[in-house]
Amino acid sequence: MRASNMTGEKVITADKLTKRFGDFVAVDQISFEVEKGEIFGFLGANGAGKTTAMRMLCGLSLPTSGKATVAGFDVYKDNEKIKKRIGYMSQKFSLYEDLTVKENMRFYGGIYGMSDAFIKQKTAFILHHLHLENEGNKLVKSLPLGWKQKLAFSVAIFHEPGIVFLDEPTGGVDPVTRREFWNMIYQASEIGITIFVTTHYMDEAEYCNRVSIMVDGRIEALDSPSNLKKQYNALSMDEVFLQLARKATRIES
Amino acid sequence: MKRHFPLSIFNFQFLAFVKKEFYHIWRDKRTMFILLGMPVVQIVIFGFALTNEVKNSKFAVLDEAKDDASQSLIAQLDASRYFDLEKNLTSYQQIEEEFKKGKIKLAVVIPAHFSDDLKHLNKASVQLIADASDPNVANTLTGYATSVIMDYQVRITQERKMPYTINTELRMLYNPQLKGAFNFVPGVMAMVLLLVCTMMTAITIVKEKEMGTMEIMLVSPMRPQLVVLAKAVPYLLLSVINIATILLLSVFVLEVPINGSILLLVAESILFTLVSLSLGLLISAGAQSQQTAMFISLVALFLPTIMLSGFMFPIENMPLPLRIVSNIVPAKWYYSIVKSVMIKGVGLQAVWKETAILAGMMIFFLTMAIKKFKIRLA
Repeated sequence: MRASNMTGEKVITADKLTKRFGDFVAVDQISFEVEKGEIFGFLGANGAGKTTAMRMLCGLSLPTSGKATVAGFDVYKDNEKIKKRIGYMSQKFSLYEDLTVKENMRFYGGIYGMSDAFIKQKTAFILHHLHLENEGNKLVKSLPLGWKQKLAFSVAIFHEPGIVFLDEPTGGVDPVTRREFWNMIYQASEIGITIFVTTHYMDEAEYCNRVSIMVDGRIEALDSPSNLKKQYNALSMDEVFLQLARKATRIES
Repeated sequence: MKRHFPLSIFNFQFLAFVKKEFYHIWRDKRTMFILLGMPVVQIVIFGFALTNEVKNSKFAVLDEAKDDASQSLIAQLDASRYFDLEKNLTSYQQIEEEFKKGKIKLAVVIPAHFSDDLKHLNKASVQLIADASDPNVANTLTGYATSVIMDYQVRITQERKMPYTINTELRMLYNPQLKGAFNFVPGVMAMVLLLVCTMMTAITIVKEKEMGTMEIMLVSPMRPQLVVLAKAVPYLLLSVINIATILLLSVFVLEVPINGSILLLVAESILFTLVSLSLGLLISAGAQSQQTAMFISLVALFLPTIMLSGFMFPIENMPLPLRIVSNIVPAKWYYSIVKSVMIKGVGLQAVWKETAILAGMMIFFLTMAIKKFKIRLA
């Protein structure tokens, strides 16, 4: 485990947060807190409810009941204020393929209301940082997947949000690129950005400060990876997950 | 909204989005050329290939009189731009043979003593035989032939005063040459605007959903209504270009005049564009894939527009249920407006009812689209 720079300030809180679709309870009274600068892993099999839970926190979906705050704002009332303070990267790749790298950054900076000067400066900084100075004017579709993924993450934190939500960001990427991607996540966390990440790669779970494991819409376990391994008497997060996931009754969707 | 974001940010977001939309259109050159080239192609196809005007139809003559009156009548028929003399026949049996060969569309029989009858009895008859396997063409041709014969009669009666003749004087108001273009230009305008606006807007919004970029937009502080409106702006501009292309082509290539106010015509076209855009937005709110969006646009809009707008088939001849259904087809009202303003040259006071209906439809579709969009977020 790396040293964390958490301050104890709670930036995400959920209290008995629930989402029902008709009779189906997608998320069943989940409660947790995430501290500023923390890398919080959100684990679960497909259909366990992780994406639905994340969508409620991002303001894409209205909770059925329970309470939640993001960046200190209520998810029911202050949706608009939350949106300005969070970044989001979906499991679908989210840059425009027919736009250049710079145009994509201009666009995302633009919809967050950033100034021209800020966008220019930030774009140059990111391209330099990723060693992609020569690729700025290339169409995104001409870039390899790994680069696109890193760019997508850079775009998600382009407007310097306090919290970034990553929904299975490393799907379909090779292990080396995944490792590099996680380095970017660490760097973001070091400058104080809180990372809320869903994944089903168990090796990635080890990189998180704390992980919660969702089974059938409920949080079955929540602790640091080392504590979880101790608690379940397991050698890896994989084993922890398997022990918990066996209880699942829901059919995978 | 404005409490959270100053106006300048609001505009900046909107502009950034519109700019991005233009990149999408500009980078996809093929689609762009289709969108801009379509009106040209349609005008050319309808203007020169698919026309219900009947020109240079071949006809045969069985002239049993062979006198100066019959000769000059035949010459006059042959000289008209509707008819070309194919063959002089010698017997009645030949008429059907010629029709069976499929070369001629009309046969003219002039009985013996044509000139004498005309001079002495003050009355003579001519028989017109048409190929009615295509009833519309047959009707049109006999109509044309009749009017050429009438012309001839008028000419000779001027030479000698005859008692008790009624001259029917035909005047084809607004379209004296009976050009098909007067009918299809308004129709093509309706079709092109509908295709560009409805289908393309629906497809591009659904594409964002498919790609997952819509989610990113919804997580951003940009309001979903703004996303929707920003999507519509580039297509509105493309449509204005298309309106200009169609009008220029009609005026300068097809020689269809704009008799009414150009300003009113353009304003009405923009209103119809807005109706089409709203419909596109409504479709996109419901559809989850580009194929669905395209299918709905085609089936629910395109077919009714072609069938029920009065452009291809006259609404007056339809059975009552279809006539009722035709009222909910926006293109019907637009088609009627364009015909009135462009061809008849009337002003807003004559088309206010149609205009009000279109405006009502636009408000209805737009409200529904935005409402549906909001529901999706909950």
